[in-house]
Amino acid sequence: MPNHGAYPLRSLEDLQAVAELGRQRISPAQPKIMIGMATCGQAAGATEVLEAVREVVAQDKLPYVVSETGCIGWCSQEPLLDICIPGRPRVTYGRVTPARARQIIRALPEPKPQWALATMPGDENTLTGYYTSYLAGEDTPLRGVKSYRDLPLFKRQLRIVMRNCGLIDPASFEEYIARGGYTALWQALRTQTPQQVVDGVTKSGIRGRGGAGFPTGRKWQTVREAPGSPKYVICNADEGDPGAYMDRGVLEGDPHSVLEGMTIGAYAMGASEGIIYVREEYPLAVARMKDAIRQSEVAGLLGANIFGSGFGFTVRVVTGAGAFVCGEETALIRSIEGKVGEPQQRPPYPAVRGLNGKPTCINNVETWANVPVIIARGGEWFASIGTPGSKGTKVFSLVGNIENTALIEVPMGTTLAEIVYEIGGGIPGNRECKAIQTGGPSGGCIPASKFNLPVDYDSLTAAGSIMGSGGMIVMDDHTCMVDIAKYFLGFLEDESCGKCFSCREGTQRLKEIVQRISEGHGVDEDLVLLEELSWMVREVSLCGLGQTAANPVLSTLRYFREEYLEHIHHQRCPAKVCRQLITFAIDPVTCNGCGACVQVCSGKAILGEKNKLHTIEQAHCTKCGACMDICKFDAVTVN
Amino acid sequence: MPTLTMNGITVEVERGTTLLEAAQFLGLPIPTLCHEDGLAPYGGCRLCVVEVVNGAKKSLQSSCTYPALDGLQVFTHSARVEKARRLLVELYVATCPQSKRIQDLASAMGVRQVRYDAKHEHCIQCGLCVRMCEQQMMAGAIGFSGRGLHREVTRPFDTTSDTCRQCGACLYICPVCELRCAGPDAESTLCNGCLNISTACFQTYDNAMCSLDPCHACEIDGPFRADVRVKLQPQIEFPVLAKK
Ligand SMILES: Cc1cc2nc3c(=O)[nH]c(=O)nc-3n(C[C@H](O)[C@H](O)[C@H](O)COP(=O)(O)O)c2cc1C
Ligand code: SF4
Ligand code: SF4
Ligand code: FES
Repeated sequence: MPNHGAYPLRSLEDLQAVAELGRQRISPAQPKIMIGMATCGQAAGATEVLEAVREVVAQDKLPYVVSETGCIGWCSQEPLLDICIPGRPRVTYGRVTPARARQIIRALPEPKPQWALATMPGDENTLTGYYTSYLAGEDTPLRGVKSYRDLPLFKRQLRIVMRNCGLIDPASFEEYIARGGYTALWQALRTQTPQQVVDGVTKSGIRGRGGAGFPTGRKWQTVREAPGSPKYVICNADEGDPGAYMDRGVLEGDPHSVLEGMTIGAYAMGASEGIIYVREEYPLAVARMKDAIRQSEVAGLLGANIFGSGFGFTVRVVTGAGAFVCGEETALIRSIEGKVGEPQQRPPYPAVRGLNGKPTCINNVETWANVPVIIARGGEWFASIGTPGSKGTKVFSLVGNIENTALIEVPMGTTLAEIVYEIGGGIPGNRECKAIQTGGPSGGCIPASKFNLPVDYDSLTAAGSIMGSGGMIVMDDHTCMVDIAKYFLGFLEDESCGKCFSCREGTQRLKEIVQRISEGHGVDEDLVLLEELSWMVREVSLCGLGQTAANPVLSTLRYFREEYLEHIHHQRCPAKVCRQLITFAIDPVTCNGCGACVQVCSGKAILGEKNKLHTIEQAHCTKCGACMDICKFDAVTVN
Repeated sequence: MPTLTMNGITVEVERGTTLLEAAQFLGLPIPTLCHEDGLAPYGGCRLCVVEVVNGAKKSLQSSCTYPALDGLQVFTHSARVEKARRLLVELYVATCPQSKRIQDLASAMGVRQVRYDAKHEHCIQCGLCVRMCEQQMMAGAIGFSGRGLHREVTRPFDTTSDTCRQCGACLYICPVCELRCAGPDAESTLCNGCLNISTACFQTYDNAMCSLDPCHACEIDGPFRADVRVKLQPQIEFPVLAKK
């Protein structure tokens, strides 16, 4: 990072000087090309697109700026490429290939309407409350391309945590500051006492975003009052739920927001050391975070005497080996201490006796990223968003059988129907939505009939699921709920730390019983046993994993009991998923004997000569379903 | 000093006392499998759960690890506790039906059915051997590896370790392999054998009168049998004997 002579930053004016540099980077005088280079973008091929763009710009000696950005959340359209022309709306292109990128660039300065997904005439910054228009004069819409403001996917979103994601270059300290970054830190350190900061957070009503929803203000107050020194603040970025990547999105897209939140928290609680615990499987997040820490150190926003306030704070990154259970706070602390990551008895809570036996505040990535906004806009403003019991917004990763696979941020209290049908764009292929799974592996399945449920901590719990960290898996009518329960139990039996007999053996037995049912060998008594065992596992296990491990079973039993009974009484899987209970057959009328199925059959069970009727020999059929997938004439049926 | 109530009895204990210790002080019998005096509390077997009322929250907590805090209300044998323990022991029997210690618990708690397939595992991962080796024998030759389904007690790299002195302390303390149950029923997985035999000498004579060593009756069910824990924790079995 270049030293602009302003470092270390000591005052609001110093910040403003850096912000000016950042503004020039965000909106340069030349056209700017931005490529979404978060892990999701890279997985879809953004690296190649970026290379191609750089190549064209260099080859043709074009006067354009090329920049990287984080994930804006439109995951189903990755790789994303954005064109920002001064005075004109920003244009987003989706599913960009290197070849398309070249064409888009060569068409500049006039943006091509082809492949354009949306235009952005400006953006609102929830931290400052200001709307910035990109337009110099009239909005010049592209033919047939909608504005972000009119897209159902973005219309309902309110971006507090993701305020900078997809808008700034996450590697740029200046751009973060240009968006109002670190002014909240200045405000806290120079205009508020630590207790005032805690009071602001308490007033905001924010509850922890890591899953349990514990009131953050109350946790901070406890740590602040707990005797002992040094105190620690920890950012929990373990994020082990399958299908969830909210925290990754923030760490990769806006690392400084987390750092700023932690520094404010450390000041409020009197902590001098911070740790960011990230799973090893997130190499980009780790790199971004380490970069951000180095930048802040250079700028004097970490280290001794920050903003001349006398307050000092350091942060380091610790990587974990990616065990789901290490996200549990006491296990996480053990893991940082170099011990086996197994949960411990609480009380004592980490707030009183945590890392190295000292008061420790553990908060989730998203919780920390909210803090600067709470300080900048005030607790009352934050508390005006959401429902009485759940304030603010929540980031969700919307995956599964859904049109718009996306990372979204909506106000608490948004209903599941709005999320699935409006924001998510419904179910692809004209299928029926059956249920949504929230809260990660130990969450629950909520049936489509209950989709008027507002999403907040208490409603989800009452419905037998949990908020969890924000994974949402949408399931269509081709999903078997017994199979789903089996899948999550399989995850949990692997990921239980294994300390509690109830949880280790309980998850295995739950899976054993559900498996038996899915194979058609279940009996009525199995359902009673499932319920009793689930109850016991929940009651006696030590940590949150064991206490919620039965949720997948209990919630599917609660809402889809007939489906279990169908498996038990009639050895039938209504969704036609459970292998032992289905048979594949070839319709003699439709089959034209093309022989495609013979090639893919994993059991070599398909007989028949070319251009003659084919048949499946059931004894050899492995129920892999490959024949059904390959048949172009829909001649393979399943029953 | 924290003051709390246990089953309605008020008790004042020193700071740092666990609920299990407080209960033992009051003579309230709580069954345990992974706790042993002299070893650090672990909280793995979950058998020692008690119902704890802390303000508005009512939950089951393992008494061997939960601190005796001021103002708690504790119930060691509420219906919720007993139901949970019974369901837990049913699962224990299904896992290790060959352990006499576990079969005895099942008999004592009135577990009359086992609804799971028997597994005949050799370990319940109570961690006693690991802590014994580390904390009393000062060897640290064994430990846990893996997690969940794949967790087990092992030696480093699965080879004979140099630090192991072959003292056998791990075997001695193991609740599964130290005392075998001879008769788990193939059908029910339960045994209940010992408790149905009444030992003549025990009922008739004073303990001290016995001079047979070993006495066959005592081997099966008597105060001098090899299982020293029966002497240490008579509460597990004798209340049921008295009931019969
Ligand atoms: C099995 C298990 C896994 C967890 N995983 C995470 C995680 O990946 N990220 C997280 O922030 N919190 C996780 N938690 C919750 C933490 O224990 C803790 O409550 C949270 O980090 C506190 O932060 P918050 O108050 O900001 O939510 C997990 C809890 C359990 C029981
Ligand atoms: S409940 Fe499960 S994950 Fe939690 S400590 Fe016990 S065994 Fe480990
Ligand atoms: S071997 Fe025995 S003592 Fe060691 S953990 Fe297993 S059951 Fe416990
Ligand atoms: S004795 Fe308390 S959990 Fe085992």
